[in-house]
This record gives sequence, structure tokens and C-alpha cells, in this order.
Amino acid sequence: MLDLVWLIPALPLAGFLLILLFGRRLGEPLAGVLATLMTASAFAVTVGVYFDLLSRTAEERHHVVTLFSWLPVGGLHVDLAFLADPLSITMALFVTGIGSLIHLYAVGYMHGDPKFSKFFLYLNLFVFSMLMLVLGENLLVTFLGWEGVGACSYFLISFWHTRDSAATAGKKAFVTNRVGDWGMMTAMFMAFASVGTLSYSGINEAAHAGHLAHVTATGIALMLFIGACGKSAQLPLYIWLPDAMEGPTPVSALIHAATMVTSGVFLLTRMAPVLHEAYPWAGTVIASVGAATALFAATIAVAQTDIKKVLAYSTVSQLGFMFLAIGSGAYVAAIFHMVTHAFFKALLFLGSGSVIHGMHHEQDMRRMGALRKVMPITGFTFIIGWLAIAGVPPFAGFWSKDEILLYAFANNRALYAVGIVTALLTAYYMTRQVIMVFYGEARWHDHAEEHGAHGDAHTPHESPWTMTLPLVVLAGLSIVGGALQLPFSHSTKFLEHWLEPVVHEAEADIHATWAYENKWVLLGLAVVIAAAGIAASIAVYAKGKAKPIEPQLLADGWRYDASIAALVGGPGRAAFRGIAAFDAKVVDGAVNGVGAEVRNASGLLRKMQNGLIRSYAAIVGVAVVLVLAWFLVRGVL
Amino acid sequence: MSLLAVVEPTTSWFLVLSAVLFAIGTVGVLVRRNPLVMFMCIELMLNAVNLSLVTFSRARSDVNGQSAVFFVLVVAAAEVVVGLGIIVSIMRRRTAASADDLSVLKG
Repeated sequence: MLDLVWLIPALPLAGFLLILLFGRRLGEPLAGVLATLMTASAFAVTVGVYFDLLSRTAEERHHVVTLFSWLPVGGLHVDLAFLADPLSITMALFVTGIGSLIHLYAVGYMHGDPKFSKFFLYLNLFVFSMLMLVLGENLLVTFLGWEGVGACSYFLISFWHTRDSAATAGKKAFVTNRVGDWGMMTAMFMAFASVGTLSYSGINEAAHAGHLAHVTATGIALMLFIGACGKSAQLPLYIWLPDAMEGPTPVSALIHAATMVTSGVFLLTRMAPVLHEAYPWAGTVIASVGAATALFAATIAVAQTDIKKVLAYSTVSQLGFMFLAIGSGAYVAAIFHMVTHAFFKALLFLGSGSVIHGMHHEQDMRRMGALRKVMPITGFTFIIGWLAIAGVPPFAGFWSKDEILLYAFANNRALYAVGIVTALLTAYYMTRQVIMVFYGEARWHDHAEEHGAHGDAHTPHESPWTMTLPLVVLAGLSIVGGALQLPFSHSTKFLEHWLEPVVHEAEADIHATWAYENKWVLLGLAVVIAAAGIAASIAVYAKGKAKPIEPQLLADGWRYDASIAALVGGPGRAAFRGIAAFDAKVVDGAVNGVGAEVRNASGLLRKMQNGLIRSYAAIVGVAVVLVLAWFLVRGVL
Repeated sequence: MSLLAVVEPTTSWFLVLSAVLFAIGTVGVLVRRNPLVMFMCIELMLNAVNLSLVTFSRARSDVNGQSAVFFVLVVAAAEVVVGLGIIVSIMRRRTAASADDLSVLKG
């Protein structure tokens, strides 16, 4: 079964090609059904590979399948190879699993869209690229997937490209990601220059054996982190993710919450031995950026009114948590939070999509309220997602967030403090969202009446089964997801044992620290913090005991976006103009100057071509005589 | 005995003849304007070279020179076919054309 690992990306690729060729003929809903089936079969194959891997001993859980030699150029040998190991299969499991659910959901959500089959075309291409990213055995195959998911993200954000804001948001995502790609490529160059290979096994073994200088390892780690900042929306490159909400909601759930944005976390975990070899301050940089992003995005989420924008900033914040974990050496916790986050954030996004669908494309939370009565399934599952993200035990998010905070405490208490404040804000803004959307007064009536006659059409309705089924499945996973890694005893830490061959000695050892010995205190504190956040939010929004404080500064996202726009639009644009002028005058001037000089010189030479054949013959004759004379004088003949 | 019987032609004689023929051909190409005559002069130059090749071949008892002559003859024949074809078609269009008038391709 392990040798079939290539089938996992091949199936969505087949789906992509089929829809490419026959998409229009298949139409709705067959194109969607086909795409869903392909992703679901990829999931089935992944499950098979998973059980095969599970049946082996920990040392043997590393299987490389080489399809062909891709780039044999000089000293560079890159194979198109797939790596099946605990990390890649964990990623593939939730990419294909959640991917299939979201495909199914999209069949309902995209109902009636004129570009129905094209949507699934991109969606399957995305799943294929994402699987190449996680299953690749070397940095280049991963990079292929990395760029593939970037391109699909661009296509899907601007899927409704006739809307100006969607087209702009797609461009913004693409351009911002290019900045991160620069880091990723530089890391690849450095790895190749110092190790001579791009394969993960080669680089990680070199790092493990101490063949990698600390300064090189630090360089590679930080360059990879810049790449991860672009793809996983960390400060200062997070600006594209909130705008990416212009895409259809299944896209936000799949790409901008569950899978693509976690690829930075995946990449750093994959290269854990290199990070381990880096100077300790590299980890501090990563953890600090992660913690700063987590807090920064959480403060913005508090004041948003768009149902999807709240979730977008929340995603940025949760990704910050994952980088906080990576920087603290808690790779298992990072992957654990990635998986549980994929469950509950996909659930929340799909829930919000269901609300938007039911409300006829209304996204403003101020015009919702009391929706749990008309959308019982959506409301119930959304509340489970809320409990999971807010950190209420025993839901999934509680366990993973607590694991990260435990390692953060052992590593750096200042970062732990940032993390706990973020947790408080998370509970606060998610409760605010649930109250505004599902509780309180139904404010959509006023809205409908404002518009007069067709008020009936605006009555919200529950979504079809294709949309509610994924919600129910994801809600179930959000409840039990924490069971992957429970802190009770050594034997309940399944994920830690499972991922051990991947992260082995890179994982920080905190067993001897104060934090580990008193982890129940920290656990208790986390519960109190979550409860405090929820209670504060209820007091403000449900009971109305205090006035909502939503400073305009926070609603504007600390004006970060506007400052970037001003910087790039003002001095940035002037600099671009200067460079363009330099290009036109100096670079092009040099090239054109050489061209003009050659033209002038050839104009002189051209005169010799006078068309008189006898003069040519005379030149040839004289030249022959001269050459002969030269030979005679030199005495060669 | 007549004079001719006494004087045995030596290699130099043939080479001098070859050089004279070549010079006549060269001068003809340079001074004449009729393309047809120029063409004939080129043939003359080729055959002057042929003569010297045969001469050397005999003097050195080496058959390579003679076989080179066959190649020159073949190429000359091919050249006649193509060259005469071009010249005849030019002559058909402009009867009194001299080589100096055919300068459409000048730079």
C-alpha cells in the first residue's frame, strides 16, 4: 500500500483533467460530484497508506517512492519523489478528509453559479497541489506544490472576478505571496549550496550529523520562516488573508483556514532538524513573530462586523499560535493545533457560509441575530466550533492550545503572557460573534422591511443536506479531536509517539521544568481565562451590562493595511518610477546605444556592397594576390 | 630533325600556359560587362586550374590531382546549368543588360 502513495495526488489531478476536458458537458451537479469523488478516493488511499505505516515499527515509518528523475543537471539531482512518513500522511489525511467534506459542501453552496464546473476544476487542482506540497520528498517538489496552491488561491479568491474587490484581493494575495516565495527560494539555494541536495532526507541527515554550520542552519531556518510568513499570513505579510475572504466561502474554509495557510507550519516542522541546528535566537524570532501576530490579529478580530472577517483575523491569530509553538520547539503541539484548528475553523467557515447562503449573501453581523431558531443545524454546529476555538474543555481546541501554552511557558514566560491574553481575546470575540449571529433579536426583519415589498424573500432558511452534513461531521471532529493528544499520561499522547520519527531530538524537552510539573495549574488557568473571555462578552453583548468598546482603530486593523497602501502608493510608487526611469534610460540606453553604434558602423560597411559584380571580383582577385604575397614574404610556400 | 622534335615540353611549360589562361580569365571577368562573356571567362579560369592540377598530378605521379579535376568538371557542369539558366532568364527580360546594370541587391 505504501508504494501507492503517488496515487494520492494523482486522483485529484485526474479529476482536474477530466473536468478540464468535459467540465461544461458534465455541468451541475456532476462536475462537483466527480471532484468530490476524486478527493474522497484520495482520502481512502491515504487511509490505506496510514494503516500500512501504522503497522510498521517507528524506525521503518519512512518510505520514499521515486517516480522518475526530474532534473538531473550537473551536481543537482532532483527526483519526482514522494515521501510517506508520519508527518506527510497526517497532513494528507486532513487535507483529503476535510477537502472531501468541503467539496461536498461546495456542491450545495455553489448551486446555480454559472461557473459551477470551473469552481471544482480549481478546487481539484488545489487539492492536487497541496498534496504535492505535503508529500514531496524534496524542497523542489514541495515548491511546485507551494506555487500551485498559491496560483489556485489566486484563481479562487478572484473567482467572482467581475467584482472589482475580488479581482484586487486575488492580486494582493498573489503579490504578497511572492515576497514570501523569495525567502523559500533563497532557503533552497542555501540548502543546495551547503548540502548539495534538495532532498529532505539529505538535508535533515546532514543537520542531524552536524555537517551544517550553525550560521548556515540559522540562515536556512530564517529564510524558510520568511517563506512561511508569506504563505501562513504572519506579520508583516498577513495583509492578504483578510482580503482573501472575497472568495467563495468553501474556498475560505479549505484554503484560507484549514490547509494552504498551514503549509508554512508544515514546512518548518519538516525541516525541524535544521531549525534545531540554528542558533537559539532563531527560535526566539519565530516564537516572537508568532506571538505578536496572534495578539495583533486577535485585537483586530474584536472589532470586525463582517462575519468572515472575524474568522479571517482569527485564523491569522491561530496561525500565530502555531508559530509560537514552532519557535518554542513544540513541533508536535504545532501539528496538533494545526489539525484541531483545521477541524473547528473549517467548521466555523462552513457555518458562516451556511449563514451567508441562508441570508441571501448578507455578511454583516449587525443585520443577523437569533438565527439559531431558523437554522438549527448550522447554529448548533457553529456553537460547537465556538466552544472548540474558545478553549472550553473537553473540545479539541482546548487541548491543543493548552499544549502550546505549556511549551511557551517553559520556553519564555513573556511569550506565554502574550499567548494567554490572546486566548482571552479569542474567547471574547468568538462569543461576540455567536451572540451577534445566533442569539439576541432578529435584526434581519428591519433590513427586509427597509427594502420594502419583497421582504419575504429575505427570510433566512436552513441549508440543504450537502451543506449540513459536512458541518455535522466537522462538529463531531471538533468535539473528539483533542483525543489525539491528551496530557493525562504517557500513553494518551498518540500524536507525540506518532510524530517522533520526524521531529525526534528537535522537539524541546520540558519534562524537568516548573511548567511541566505544574501543568494542571496552567490548565486550570487556561479554563479560567476562557471562561472570563466568554463571560465578559456575554456581559457586553447579550446582557448589555456594558457598552461595546469597538474602537475604530481596531476595526481598521490598526490602520496597518492603510499604512502599507500609503507606503507602497507614495514613496514606494516614486521608487518604482525611479527604477523604471533608470531601466529606460540607463539599462535600455546601454542596449539601444550598442545597437545604434552597430547600425552606424554597418552603414559604412554597407557602401562596399555596391552591386557591381566586377568590383567584387576585383576585390577577391586583389585579396588573393595579397594573401599569396604575404605567404611568399613569410617564406611559408 | 625539326625544332619541335628537339624541344621536349617540360612541366613548367604547362604551368605557364595554365597561368596565362588563368590571367586571361581573370582579366576577362574584371573588364568585360556582358554576363555571358564573364561566365565564359570563369570557365576559362576553372579549366586553367584543371590544367595545373593534371600537370602536377603527372609530375608527382600522384592520381589525386586527376581525380580532383573530375570533381571540378562536375561542379563546373552543375554551375553551367544553374548559371546559364539565370543568365538566360535575365537576358529574356532585359536584352541589352550588362553586369553593371544588375545591381538591385546593392547595400
